[in-house]
Amino acid sequence: MSTVTLRVFRGDSTSSEFRDYKVETAPGMVVLDAIHSIQKNQDPSLACRWNCKAAKCGSCSGEVNGKPKLLCKARIDELPQDQPIVVTPIKTFPVIKDLVTDVSWNYEVAKQIEPLRLADEGSTEPLRMQQIDVDRIQEFRKCIECFLCQDVCHVLRDGQRKDIFFGPRHMVRFASLEMHPLDTADRRPFLKEHAGIGTCNITKCCTEVCPEHIHITDNAIIPLKERVADLFFDPIAKLFRRR
Amino acid sequence: MSNYETFEYDVLVIGAGGAGLRAVIGAIEKGCKVGVVTKSLLGKAHTVMAEGGAAAALANYDTEDGWKVHFRDTMRGGKFLNNWRTVEIFAKEAPERILELERYGAVFDRTPEGLISQRAFGGHKYRRLAHVGDRTGLELIRTLQDKAVSLGFDCHMETTLTRLLTQGGRVVGAFGYRRVDGQLVVFKAKAIVLATGGFGRMYKFTSNSWESTGDGVVMAYDAGAELQDMEMVQFHPTGMIWPPGMRGILVTEGVRGDGGVLKNGKGERFMFNHVPEFFRAETADNPDEAARWVDDKRNNRRPPELLPRDVVARAIYKEVQEGRGSEHGGAYLDISHKGADYIRKKLPSMYDQFLHLGDVDITKEPMEVYPTIHYAMGGVAAEPDTCATSLPGLYAAGEVAAGLHGANRLGGNSLTDILVFGRRAGEAAGDYANANSHGSVVNEQIEEELDVLMRPLSGGDGVSPYEIQTELQETMQKCAMIARTEESLNEALQTVRELQSKLDDIRVPGDTRFNPGWNAARDARFMLTSSEVLIRSALERKESRGGHWRLDFPNEDPYWAKHNIIAKFENGSVKLEPRPVPTIPPELEEILKD
Amino acid sequence: MATTAPKSAESVRTLRTDAWWVQPLLTVLVLTGFIAYATYRTFENNFFLAELTWVNGAWQKSQMYLDGKVGHLLSPFYSPLFLVDWRVMGYYISPAILILPFPLSFRLTCYYYRKAYYRSFFGSPPACAVKGTTKKSYRGEQVFPFVIQNLHRYAFYAAFAFIFILSYDVILSMKYIDGWGISLGTLVLLLNVVLLAGYTFGCHSFRHLIGGKVNCYSCSLANKTKYGLWRKATFLNDRHALFAWTSLFGVAFADLYVRMVCSGVFADPVFVKF
Repeated sequence: MSTVTLRVFRGDSTSSEFRDYKVETAPGMVVLDAIHSIQKNQDPSLACRWNCKAAKCGSCSGEVNGKPKLLCKARIDELPQDQPIVVTPIKTFPVIKDLVTDVSWNYEVAKQIEPLRLADEGSTEPLRMQQIDVDRIQEFRKCIECFLCQDVCHVLRDGQRKDIFFGPRHMVRFASLEMHPLDTADRRPFLKEHAGIGTCNITKCCTEVCPEHIHITDNAIIPLKERVADLFFDPIAKLFRRR
Repeated sequence: MSNYETFEYDVLVIGAGGAGLRAVIGAIEKGCKVGVVTKSLLGKAHTVMAEGGAAAALANYDTEDGWKVHFRDTMRGGKFLNNWRTVEIFAKEAPERILELERYGAVFDRTPEGLISQRAFGGHKYRRLAHVGDRTGLELIRTLQDKAVSLGFDCHMETTLTRLLTQGGRVVGAFGYRRVDGQLVVFKAKAIVLATGGFGRMYKFTSNSWESTGDGVVMAYDAGAELQDMEMVQFHPTGMIWPPGMRGILVTEGVRGDGGVLKNGKGERFMFNHVPEFFRAETADNPDEAARWVDDKRNNRRPPELLPRDVVARAIYKEVQEGRGSEHGGAYLDISHKGADYIRKKLPSMYDQFLHLGDVDITKEPMEVYPTIHYAMGGVAAEPDTCATSLPGLYAAGEVAAGLHGANRLGGNSLTDILVFGRRAGEAAGDYANANSHGSVVNEQIEEELDVLMRPLSGGDGVSPYEIQTELQETMQKCAMIARTEESLNEALQTVRELQSKLDDIRVPGDTRFNPGWNAARDARFMLTSSEVLIRSALERKESRGGHWRLDFPNEDPYWAKHNIIAKFENGSVKLEPRPVPTIPPELEEILKD
Repeated sequence: MATTAPKSAESVRTLRTDAWWVQPLLTVLVLTGFIAYATYRTFENNFFLAELTWVNGAWQKSQMYLDGKVGHLLSPFYSPLFLVDWRVMGYYISPAILILPFPLSFRLTCYYYRKAYYRSFFGSPPACAVKGTTKKSYRGEQVFPFVIQNLHRYAFYAAFAFIFILSYDVILSMKYIDGWGISLGTLVLLLNVVLLAGYTFGCHSFRHLIGGKVNCYSCSLANKTKYGLWRKATFLNDRHALFAWTSLFGVAFADLYVRMVCSGVFADPVFVKF
């Protein structure tokens, strides 16, 4: 049995430190296993969120050696063993305790997004949609709300501009609604004026960290930017539309 | 000391999985002010783990399908221990609920006609599971979450309730703590919907998360509600066993539905040797027919790998016991013969999961699997039409409730269960709330619970809650898992009793702020109580049926075929009572004869 | 067991331990190199068309053209060809200045290059999870000047036209004084057009306009056609970064090739003449 050292962020937003823990490794071990081992054998008060341990729920988001990751997907044997593995909470949101952060802002933002609007609201008829029409939005609906994209987005992370940008996760949600073949609402003015799509400078870190491999930038945000451009930044098209 | 925050709702929903969220929608539609309490963040509940699909007789592919066939399949799968009325409502309403979900925004895979595509699954006669690749549960919970959020409700995330408050024989509220800051909270409610899921955490190999410690079942039991069929837990035949870190995590039944085959350590496709008489007529008896079935379901019988879960789980167990296990003591599940493109398209997240976490490329090599605890068929006894429990004002829906699945649940029925009965529970609770006023909270109950809650933080050395948890899990795994005997169950019971005597000695460091150790201390009580009821019920049922397999009583018994086991908390201990299964009306019995 | 180690995470720029700075650095080096070369060539105002040569302040047919050794081989920096005689204070003004704004604006407003230069030149952010220049006052592409990026589709229209212009150049390069022929120069120009087309038709704006804006592909025959086009654009779009770089090198290489032929470094090998 070999051991590995985990350097774990302990504390909250007022006072914090790193603490080192030696953990015995096992084949296929992930960082979350190591955290559980610490809780069980060394310090039961170490706080960390988790649920499914199968990369399906998006609870155990954190940063491993500075990279945003799901702790349940971060294989220990893929990390350098000769130095401590640094585990920190996601940075964009305020730390509650240890690896747990306050992500409630995301849920508040979600409330503002206009839900699906069907033309025949109230009917109980089965919907007719072809697979080619739903392929695109099914990609967006893979989102597990781990908020790693929100964590890595520099607008939210470095700029702390939660007041002007909803963040990539919610852009993905917008895209899933705007591209729904039977949706009738137009969220473009809201996207521009309130959700802050213009603040995104498409530097693609959200796409890089997405554990569900959603092409957030290319398939969600940029197409939404283009749709917003249709309405607000295309004078010639506007001319034709008025006629 | 009693410094707590109080919230007041018409309807309080405990649990924010599919059943809880559908109940929220139901209660809001009844005009109620609704509050939800969830141990995790919103949208993280166990529902996300469901992969295969939601069963409903939409008959989009197989026009022969209908509610009656679904009714028949569910009753047969449950070995007739199901409540017929519950199953009837379920089978009839399932299509409506799925179509409604689509209107809420769910985006299922489509048929060439543009309707919801349906997938074949174990125990279902026809292709019946509405699905989205292998992440149907996620689609369900996110859809319900978004819908409920758009209607408006209060969500108390990361809050654990530990006690239902009663007054004059009805529930009036619940008490617990906020995990984040340790704040004690009291919820006053006219009606409560229990949607807390299962209790599979008591086993070592489990697909359940830390949440499934049986809080809901035990809170109801402590408050005087009746539990039913607690011995009936489902072992999913194909949990991962290698690498160790992934032990217990599920391999969806979809792998077998899409052509995956089970082989033992000798490379034999052993399921052909384990087909029960009951299913022989509808099961393929040679590999060629089984292989053809994947593409032509009309003219071929289904492969034996798709027999009900209890049958497959037992077969794997037997192969391993008889020395024909795989390298790490399980069976091989192989789908590599279907080709890389097919696999990546049909089972994307399975492919990903094995490649990145298991170092196994399932397009090239087999997976190693072994039965893992998966689902609780038993739980709080609930009325079929309203989901009312025996405790007035308390409703139960989803995995926490008993009655629908009988002795064994069919894959795909749980996702539909939470929709059908989540709605019914929410609406019935709404009706109850509209007809009743708030009761008053009895302070002694809170003080009593507070004492239990705070004891682990009272300082000094003591027992670690994880120690108790680990010992319980080891024991349950060894003595009360897939194969049970009177002797093993008694051994388990003895351990549980011993562990219970240590509960007051649990001590943990830290305070009440996001302290997993402190949380685990209270969870240990729930786990031990639910384990005790499970073991005692299992001792009582002297036969083998569905998920309950007694080596000392290997056959089905005519008496127990017609009796549920009801468990109730009386005078400080478990009181068991066999209760006749409701008699099925003749017109429905007709259906079963097909 | 538990020991105290470095100070809090807050104080450090990043906890990443890998060489995150390599990519932005490479981007800066390559883009700067290209800009330097392109600027030099734009103002050089010579060695762009093998058919002509600059002698004593006037354009003449070159000897190699008259000998039938080169065709109408034109550098993409100077295409379409304007032979103007503009002088400011005695200096000749290069016609390339008229052409440059079009491909330049396409690349400047390109969604891929935006990522590349916002990261490498602006440090906003320099790499993922690395603290850069983004401040509380950040507004991104909501305000001037970056709000202009929203006009990318207009830059695309111009780039689209250039595909045809440069394709025509490939044909012209086969036209010799004494007939037709195919040379290595033709193939170099062809490669340039292919790479540019791969880049241009993988453009995000194009992908949107050609079909991305449609919500229901199966609803009409026209939409089904758009779906097919959108799928093809998507195929290229998935490789947009690849084409962005290769076409950048391609255009520089095509120009360099023409320059070397024109300046007599080597003769353009002719494969066939007919």
